Amino acid sequence: MSKQQESDGQATAMGGLWKVSISPHLKSSESVEKIMWTVVACLVPPLILSVFVFGIQTLFITAVSVVSCVVVEAISQKTLGRKVTIKDGSAVLTGLLLAFVIPPGVSPLLPILAAVFAIYIGKHLLGGIGYNFFNPALLGRAFLLASFPVAMTSAWLSPVEGFGIFSYLGTSIDAVSTATPLAVMKEQGMVAFTNMFGSGASLYTSFFMGWRPGCIGETSGFLLLLGGLYLLYRGYITWHIPVSILGTIAFLSWVVGGETYFTGDPLLAILSGGALLGSFYMATDYVTSPSNKTGQLVFGICIGALTVLIRIKGGYPEGICYAILLMNPLSTVFDTWFKPKRFAPPVGGAK
Amino acid sequence: MKSLLTFPKGGTHPPEFKAQTQECGIEVMPVPDELELILGQHIGAPCEPTVSKREEVVEAGTIGEVKRGLGVPLHAPVAGKIKSIGVSAHPMRVSSPSVTIAVDHEAEAKKYEKQDWQSFDASELLAKVHDAGIIGVGGAGFPTHVKLKPPPNSPVDSLLLNGAECEPYITSDHRQMLEHGYEIVEGAKIILKILGINECHIGIENNKPDAIKKMTELAEQQSDGNCTLNVQALQVKYPQGSEKQLIQAITGRKVPAMALPAAVGVVVHNVSTAKAIYDAVVYSKPLYEKVVTIAGKGIARPANLQVKVGTKIKDIVEYLGGTQAGLAKIIMGGPMMGFAVSSLDIPVTKTTSAILFLSEDEIDTKPHSQCIRCGWCLEACPMGLEPKEIGIYVEANMAEDTEPFGVFDCFECGSCAYVCPAKRPLVQFIRLAKMKAKRPQ
Ligand code: SF4
Ligand code: SF4
Repeated sequence: MSKQQESDGQATAMGGLWKVSISPHLKSSESVEKIMWTVVACLVPPLILSVFVFGIQTLFITAVSVVSCVVVEAISQKTLGRKVTIKDGSAVLTGLLLAFVIPPGVSPLLPILAAVFAIYIGKHLLGGIGYNFFNPALLGRAFLLASFPVAMTSAWLSPVEGFGIFSYLGTSIDAVSTATPLAVMKEQGMVAFTNMFGSGASLYTSFFMGWRPGCIGETSGFLLLLGGLYLLYRGYITWHIPVSILGTIAFLSWVVGGETYFTGDPLLAILSGGALLGSFYMATDYVTSPSNKTGQLVFGICIGALTVLIRIKGGYPEGICYAILLMNPLSTVFDTWFKPKRFAPPVGGAK
Repeated sequence: MKSLLTFPKGGTHPPEFKAQTQECGIEVMPVPDELELILGQHIGAPCEPTVSKREEVVEAGTIGEVKRGLGVPLHAPVAGKIKSIGVSAHPMRVSSPSVTIAVDHEAEAKKYEKQDWQSFDASELLAKVHDAGIIGVGGAGFPTHVKLKPPPNSPVDSLLLNGAECEPYITSDHRQMLEHGYEIVEGAKIILKILGINECHIGIENNKPDAIKKMTELAEQQSDGNCTLNVQALQVKYPQGSEKQLIQAITGRKVPAMALPAAVGVVVHNVSTAKAIYDAVVYSKPLYEKVVTIAGKGIARPANLQVKVGTKIKDIVEYLGGTQAGLAKIIMGGPMMGFAVSSLDIPVTKTTSAILFLSEDEIDTKPHSQCIRCGWCLEACPMGLEPKEIGIYVEANMAEDTEPFGVFDCFECGSCAYVCPAKRPLVQFIRLAKMKAKRPQ
């Protein structure tokens, strides 16, 4: 092999006539950009719905979050002397996901701070995309929760009446803040919960369709699921992580989530607390999840179990965020434990 | 219909691009004025020239022989005069010693007599295969007579003929099966006789239904008490035609790492090699012609050409009406495993199955980025390796430590690099790793 061929695929030979590079000479039409922008597109319908549910404020917070993530990404890459890759959509996706997991009523300063923390420290100081071992959006959320516990747990908006999407503008946030469903269930018990959110079919419907308090990303289970199914169909994610997480959450919530054993409500458990968003969009982040399918199943089961544990014992209803963050750094470890099955070992056993 | 066979793990589905040439019948290209024959056509020791400058040679006369080591002789594809013995550009190596023949256009083409091959015994047949200079024409160019003499400690029970042709664009084996199916099947019977076995499977990818039909008919007609031949339709999946994957698809056996197919009782030959064996035995005709697919948007007229070994790319281009604007890359072989060449002076060898002239929009020129750990390469690798890790290690200057990820099992099929959304040159990384990593003891 000549030196020229060894150097990158850009080498042009003999008077710049024809390109010379190592095989394969065909590449699939998939690309990082295409994947990222598709995921972004899948998150747009739930975002639009949330504007109708909580008002225009959510759009504002999302815009602040996305713009600050992109700006921080560009600045980080510039200052660290790397190629600026904001076009690949990964910063936009982080911004969107970040906005989806913070209460829509918070001050715009919060997403800006979170962007700096998540993108600069959590991603680029660790080596950029591919080397970050925490999901940036969740890291940003954890940072906000630690620094602004009050705002982060109280600035929920209850759904607006009718189509009054501008009704929160000008009102003080405290006046409208309300508690999230799982927090109500945990702190005030099941009776208060059913009083507030109804029960049976109407309860599931309001959760599934999105008419209830929560962060943007929790509002519509239906639209999130639809987007997730589309990602599955495109082959951008596989069933392993979402199914193992949701299955584990449903099962464990049924076993230990009720007043007595085996009386928990598995359906409610996966429709609330951001479980759908977390399992389809966050835990499946390539960089921070295992690459091997067996590893992904174990990863998902661990996340599901931790989620239920945190919900029940830890007092954080949105436990999946922490569960994913806790498991993220283990992804690479899982990849060294669960390796692909090799074609056939050499004769005479392993080397 | 039987369900289609395939290998279970990995693989990918690149677009086939075969429509451009699959209807193009094999066309004999006129002999150019000059042929350049590379002396190292096969794996093993290169030939040494047995002719000298200005010597007259006849068609099918020997011009090179292997004095020591593994190899087969080389023959003059035409009558002519040795113009020079020197060094020429080589598609895979940087350069190689070669013999250039100035073609004598006046000389008559050699006539071959048909003989009945049944009268030869196995060792006579084997000697004919060797003397005709036959090597595996579909792939790396391993001398065929060596494969036909499996080591005594690994008895062989079946012959596989590889008609998968899984590389995009290439249709030369497809055309050979349609136009020379009889010779291929007879060639298979000759191989069975040499090996002293009686079972042959012909594997063909399902995107060639006409070839499957034709070969099935022929195989049924020609199976007799001594041998059973049958055609196996294979799923269209790259790399179906890779030796280990083909063996697994058809027989379910797995060839161990670093072992030859004979270790699991199988010998694999390409369909076009079977045709060459037929010619060698029945007509005593050496291998010096090749059917080559010429395709891609960068060539004026795509075709399946029968050319003399030693024909230069530039003569083919001229014959087919020149290149087209936008030509960006010329590849000897298929787009997944072939070699990009930088000169039109490179000659066709016995192993050339295609020359592709690809335009800018047919190749990928996007720069690569960091690995996003999507794991797609793991899913695509038919050998169960970890290309992503190898790439990351090589980039971190840790190529020495890549053996545990399986670098030495990689046969560079390119499936991993094909699917990688970050466009990482994984095969390139693996080649570097192979040079630096420590071989397992
Ligand atoms: S090129 Fe090697 S590592 Fe890549 S898919 Fe093929 S065998 Fe696997
Ligand atoms: S396919 Fe490419 S980006 Fe994905 S894990 Fe493999 S090397 Fe990394």
